[in-house]
Amino acid sequence: MAEVTAAAAEPQSIPALLARNVQRYGGLPAFREKEFGIWQSWTWAQANNEIRAIALGFLSVGVERGDSVAVIGRNRPRHYWVMIAAQMCGAIPVPLYQDAVAEEMAYVLEHCGARFVVCGDQEQVDKVIEIGDRVKDLQHVAYTDKRGMRKYDHSKMNSLADLQAQGVAGHYRYEAELDKRISELTYDTTCVMLYTSGTTGKPKGVVLSNRNIIETAKNSVGFDKLNALDEVVAYLPMAWVGDFIFSMGQAMWTGFTVNCPESAATMMTDLREIGPTYFFAPPRVFEGQLTNVMIRMEDAGRVKKWLFDHFMAVARKVGPSILDGKPVGVLDRLHYVLGNLLVYGPLKNTLGFSRIRVGYTAGEAIGPEIFEFYRSLGINLKQLYGQTEASVFITQQPDGQVRNDTVGVPSPGVEVKIGENGEVYYRGPGTFVEYFKNPESTASTKDPEGWVATGDAGYFEPETGHLRIIDRAKDVGKMADGRLFAPKYVENKLKFYPSILEAVVFGSGRDRCTAFINIDLTAVGNWAERNNIAYASYQELAGHPRVYEMIRGHVAEVNRSIAADPILAGCQIHRFLILHKELDADDGEMTRTRKVRRNIVADKYADLIAALYDGRDSIYTETEVTYEDGRKGKITATLRIADAEIAPEQRRAA
Amino acid sequence: MPVSHAEEGYVTADGRQIGGTLMELKNITLRFGGVVAIKDISFDIRDGEIRAIIGPNGAGKSSMLNVISGFYVPTEGDVYFKKVKRGPMKPYEVARLGIARTFQNIALFDGMSVLDNIMTGRLTMMKSGLLSQALWYGAAAREEYAHREKVERIIDFLEIQNIRKTPVGRLPYGLKKRVELARALAAEPKLLLLDEPMAGMNVEEKEDMSRFILDLNDEFSTTICLIEHDMGVVMDLSDRVVVMDYGRKIGDGTPDEVRNNQDVIDAYLGVAHD
Repeated sequence: MAEVTAAAAEPQSIPALLARNVQRYGGLPAFREKEFGIWQSWTWAQANNEIRAIALGFLSVGVERGDSVAVIGRNRPRHYWVMIAAQMCGAIPVPLYQDAVAEEMAYVLEHCGARFVVCGDQEQVDKVIEIGDRVKDLQHVAYTDKRGMRKYDHSKMNSLADLQAQGVAGHYRYEAELDKRISELTYDTTCVMLYTSGTTGKPKGVVLSNRNIIETAKNSVGFDKLNALDEVVAYLPMAWVGDFIFSMGQAMWTGFTVNCPESAATMMTDLREIGPTYFFAPPRVFEGQLTNVMIRMEDAGRVKKWLFDHFMAVARKVGPSILDGKPVGVLDRLHYVLGNLLVYGPLKNTLGFSRIRVGYTAGEAIGPEIFEFYRSLGINLKQLYGQTEASVFITQQPDGQVRNDTVGVPSPGVEVKIGENGEVYYRGPGTFVEYFKNPESTASTKDPEGWVATGDAGYFEPETGHLRIIDRAKDVGKMADGRLFAPKYVENKLKFYPSILEAVVFGSGRDRCTAFINIDLTAVGNWAERNNIAYASYQELAGHPRVYEMIRGHVAEVNRSIAADPILAGCQIHRFLILHKELDADDGEMTRTRKVRRNIVADKYADLIAALYDGRDSIYTETEVTYEDGRKGKITATLRIADAEIAPEQRRAA
Repeated sequence: MPVSHAEEGYVTADGRQIGGTLMELKNITLRFGGVVAIKDISFDIRDGEIRAIIGPNGAGKSSMLNVISGFYVPTEGDVYFKKVKRGPMKPYEVARLGIARTFQNIALFDGMSVLDNIMTGRLTMMKSGLLSQALWYGAAAREEYAHREKVERIIDFLEIQNIRKTPVGRLPYGLKKRVELARALAAEPKLLLLDEPMAGMNVEEKEDMSRFILDLNDEFSTTICLIEHDMGVVMDLSDRVVVMDYGRKIGDGTPDEVRNNQDVIDAYLGVAHD
């Protein structure tokens, strides 16, 4: 009996955690959002009132237990509230990627059987109306931003504020029902349903229970000792599991503050104003920031440039050791302190990283230079390895054991094992319940004992016990002569160059490897400006002989480093071409989380791949492109194919 | 003095109620020495409508806009605003009357931030004295907070939050145009005059600007009079169109009427002159 009471006292759902936070931290800020140029904040008590008002509004339009409530919009406190309000009503929040085109949304809304949709603005409402006849269960649409909405047919639609008002007006009728529904929530109630971006095939709805989210939050918060005074900036897509864990799971568990930027474009300014203490970003963001710093340093005066170069050299030498608490000489320490005063401090402040205690990056491999750059400044940037089905955390790096080429040790409570084919398996409290309406996929991913296949190939380093990921298990293939082919490994090496945005390597079943390269317009454009290279378009810059020359140099360097690795030496790139357009999610070439869809790219550009292997030195091609509004167009180009320098392989001693 | 044919307005194709006459131009002629820029033109602008003035180069569109804004005083003819006959006016008097405009070639303060540029749009509404403003004391501070709030709503409306603190000189052309629109809006005009708001823009920027024009007409019920070269834009946006050619009015009506008007077709496609 005593046990039952103890279990009941522990909050078993997000709404229960909210109630606990209102009691414990009532007056502390729970959410902030920059609007009209000012940071507006809501305390836990205020947020609770808003959330309850939304929930009452939901009841007034007939939200039932088990209904799906889709949320399509940017990171705003109101959208997080909608998700909690949906949970209060016993419904399931389903956040969607807001930049998805209507067609992609239609599939998800249809699949989850959404009866209610909350849209961020007119643009999203338009998309929902466009696909309205396909989403048969749709009952009601609410929107956050009223702008441009006056002329719409409001018979099945109203603004979120009106919905709240409607709920509050009827609170005598709905209050008891709402409290009843909140009390029915258990650890096994579905907390959220997140659709995976789907590198292959249709997106799958990953069902995560309150147990998954809360246990994971509890464990990971303990691992990094987060507390109620921490600050995060919520700017990554709400449909992504990471944002749900950081801005919802962990925020609710610890009671820290979630800050929402004013718009996507102001993100960097807002980041600087908030100065988060806990920060997550995919490698892309860190890369972008570093590129910006470097570009600005190129334009800086000579004294500033000298100071920067000098102290960055010092930082590279001793910064990471100081961060890891390893012994460092007194002189070096003093030198570093001076550097901190003159360079690192101001730089971190400009980047918005002054107060970071814990920073994570994941999703893709991060370039060693980039990773070291941030760590040498004294920013505790670490790597983690995770996926939606695990509620993010599979492995992560403990403080003081941070390295660029591993993803750390198994997270607390998570078991990890390596399968016979080298694939990584895990199970733990965060392991997902099922794929929604898809028992076959559930069965093929999760075995009866709860082990989930990640689809990634990797191994544990014997000395440290850290996990190393090589590539996607299904992408790791064999070349014609039987040697190992790991495209992602090579692509990552290429992408570490600032001028290369994206690379796709081919070679499975062939006698040698070739590659498509996408240049980074910002970095290469700036380089072109400094070198007096004129260009009128992306296409022209991409095809410029000097750009080819530069990329050829990068490829040769990568080949040299690959040649040094006895296992992967077969993956050297023999020929490459620079694509005339950026790979884009709108064209289906990438997922919404910007991972290359290898098969689609291979199909679409089959003519180019053929040319890479038949020895031609140029090819004419036509490519269909999709604009943001869904219209299609066609671009044509003649692409040059270049040969790359091949490094001699180091033979393994027999 | 009442205007000759003040009517109760009409309903547009998309269901908006357009009010009575806001501005009436009667038999306007404008001469610069021997050059006749505008020849005996009459038309009106109704409350809440989007009214376009189009025509080939040199047709006298900008001169017409300058007459409407009060910058030029017509050589002959009368201008009525809100049914009151208007005499020669100073620019600030025009602004107080509730007329704001943007310019064909951008006229912003390059060295000042976007925010400060937009704030200048509210200058005529600031009432606190020089001394109190200089000391930043009492009324001046309170007043600025209030104005800043209005300005921030416009910044939010035009989605330029990310360049709030950027000096205007550093902005690309399309954004400068948007800042100029913001400054005009800051004056909370009854009648907004836009001189070629889409000139030099790419398709995407034009779409954005069109959306803003429609939204602000809808949201703030601002009456808009615009000059534009892009026929597609004009025909989509406006409720009624005036067509000018060689200083004369050759057409006036809904976009459909104007599109089928033979004189207009001739002016745009050209006819053989004997």
